[in-house]
Amino acid sequence: MNWGSWALWGFVGTLMLTTAMTASQGMGLTRIDIPYMLGTMFTANRDRAKLLGFIVHLVNGWLFSLVYVVAFHAWGHATWWRGLLIGLVHAAFVLTVGMRLLPGLHPRMASEAQGPTVMRQLEPPGFLALHYGIRTPVSVSFAHIVFGTILGAFYQG
Amino acid sequence: MDPIKDYAIIGDCRAAALVSRSGSIDWLCWPHFDSPSIFGALLDDSAGRWRIAPRAPFHVTRRYVGNSNVLQMQFETATGTMRLTDTMPVVSEDDKRKLLLPDHQIIRMVEVERGELELEMTFTPRPQYGRGRARLRQAGKLGTRIETDAGLLMLQCDVPVEFREGNQIQSRFRLRAGDARCFSLIFEDEWPAVFPPLGGWTREAIARSTAWWNAWAARLTYHGPGRDAVIRSALALRLLVYAPSGAIVAAPTTALPERVGGDLNWDYRFCWLRDASLTLRALLGLGYTEEAEAFANWLLHTTALTRPTLRVLYDVYGMPPPAERTLDHLAGYRGSRPVRIGNAASEQLQLDVYGEVIDAVTQLIRGGGALDRDTGRMLSAFGTYVCRNWQQPDEGIWESRSGKAHHTHSRVLCWTALDRLVALHAQGHLRTAPVALFERNRDEIRKQVEDRAWNPRLESYVGRLDGDELDASLLLMPWYGFEDAGAWRMTRTYARIQEHLGAGHALLYRYRTDESSGEGAFGICSFWGVEYLAMGGGTAEEAQASFEQLLTFANDVGLFAEEIDPTTGEALGNFPQAFTHVGLINAALSLQDRLSGREPLRPRRPDSPARG
Repeated sequence: MNWGSWALWGFVGTLMLTTAMTASQGMGLTRIDIPYMLGTMFTANRDRAKLLGFIVHLVNGWLFSLVYVVAFHAWGHATWWRGLLIGLVHAAFVLTVGMRLLPGLHPRMASEAQGPTVMRQLEPPGFLALHYGIRTPVSVSFAHIVFGTILGAFYQG
Repeated sequence: MDPIKDYAIIGDCRAAALVSRSGSIDWLCWPHFDSPSIFGALLDDSAGRWRIAPRAPFHVTRRYVGNSNVLQMQFETATGTMRLTDTMPVVSEDDKRKLLLPDHQIIRMVEVERGELELEMTFTPRPQYGRGRARLRQAGKLGTRIETDAGLLMLQCDVPVEFREGNQIQSRFRLRAGDARCFSLIFEDEWPAVFPPLGGWTREAIARSTAWWNAWAARLTYHGPGRDAVIRSALALRLLVYAPSGAIVAAPTTALPERVGGDLNWDYRFCWLRDASLTLRALLGLGYTEEAEAFANWLLHTTALTRPTLRVLYDVYGMPPPAERTLDHLAGYRGSRPVRIGNAASEQLQLDVYGEVIDAVTQLIRGGGALDRDTGRMLSAFGTYVCRNWQQPDEGIWESRSGKAHHTHSRVLCWTALDRLVALHAQGHLRTAPVALFERNRDEIRKQVEDRAWNPRLESYVGRLDGDELDASLLLMPWYGFEDAGAWRMTRTYARIQEHLGAGHALLYRYRTDESSGEGAFGICSFWGVEYLAMGGGTAEEAQASFEQLLTFANDVGLFAEEIDPTTGEALGNFPQAFTHVGLINAALSLQDRLSGREPLRPRRPDSPARG
């Protein structure tokens, strides 16, 4: 286990993932904003939520990259395509299980069963996060593939 | 088919059902407002219904329980009297954490008050607008399972049922004074399904729902004329809020005709930004800030994919509505075909939407809401879009399908958009907006409207630049602060509109062209007439008299459709219609302001001169 390599490429991978997701938003491909979703778990202030969410997302990315690194070691060694495959599984998990669980975990997110009470809160993402735009599954998968591929290609165990 | 006026609505802020005076649920779309129907008898007798009623001829009266959306019908027959209570149960989010509840449910409870009656229940589910398969299976004490492609329906009741040909369940039973029977229909698209028991639990669910709605209505801050009608309108509007996202749909139905037997049959089960913005303002005016904030949040989230361009309408999750198509297997309401689902207006350019949205958010801020950086950027981007596009012809507020034109109303709303943004900047809310650009374009729009939308021959503003047709939307010019209601140009315009578009009994047509032949008077336009008078175009007494006259066109439970047949008083178009109830509330608010001498919430132009 190379802690320095994990810390560096986990950080770079997370930055690239965030960049890919933000670019998808900017290009009008999806409305999903993971840092914002994470940040609103702690504050309702939109501006503060984005900053806080970015920090939480960065820490999350590091933690998740640890799982990738463990998987690389279990598999033998890291390669770009192994990273890509783990990224794909990670994205599938986030889109199916993660998005389904999120309304139950998130204090400021509505569920599909919300109502009649209505509050200023986040829309539930729905299956594959399709409520955030029809191209959301593609954007999320692409970002996670980038994350996994970077880790797989550059992590040196 | 029953007249449109004979329906009442029940709902849970995710879906809604229409119940006829004969005890039949003839319209239900689950799980969302815009999902395919399970009961569609409103549009075709063979498209499914759920009816509970006495077998003998009856006379029916109905009401909502207190200030709730729990419907109660009283059936009187020669041998006895019974009460049917219908609701889609609602509870607070706190109660949801304590109780295991089905995702979607309709409860119906029969109670016999006097004598003895024989009743009949017929249940004919027809999913997918009458085309889908419904596989019925007896599940013992759990009731009847109905498997559909969309999910599982479960009918429970405490009377014996029999299966009939054509996937129908029927029950005939005799009850005496003091007897009660419960019926429950649930829909689940996630398993395992939740089956609440009948009996005492059903009564508790009805009591909880009634209490929730009454508590919501008690927050209403309006104390002016027609308070009961305003409360009912607010409750009807509230049913059209899709709670998980904060979106507001225009109506819960599709293809109810604007002209019986005609082809003006549109799908209104989507969120029109214009209608929703007006609804937001109405709710805000009544003191419901949570709903207004939720809508603003939805708006910010929804428009992210198309910004700075706004679509005319979205579905409840902010996606474009499905492409418009016709359901040719349905006969249509009283032969009004085609039955359309989806709405092609989503592809139109309607520039007034920008003004409506910006004005709505402005009102929210004036009411104490905060403007965060993202919302500010969004509004500023809309303003820049308006500056680039206000000179374009568009389809306008009435969504004309005969091509684009230079609509006065659209121009005035573009002016409104920029005027509000300039004001927000002056108040320190918009720090980085290109204000000089906004001011320059705002002034150019005003000049163009004053020069080209005024017809000197008619001595009136007209619906299109350089045109000579009147349009009831011109009555909104004082509402947006473009003209003072008492200004000479507005009083002349109002007089011309009354002459050309008046339908008697304070009713107004929206416009009169070959395209509109056979249409009814337009509900919201009629209330705009009241509002114009209340804002200073007439006396308070005139405004109140017109208001009270219009209230008589509501049905027996206080609901309005889109249009009113001026000859028969019948309701026309989708039902109940948010737009009309918004008109009613805004007219009432203006009337209250006028009577109390209070400054209205909406901006007015104190410097507006009377001009000749």
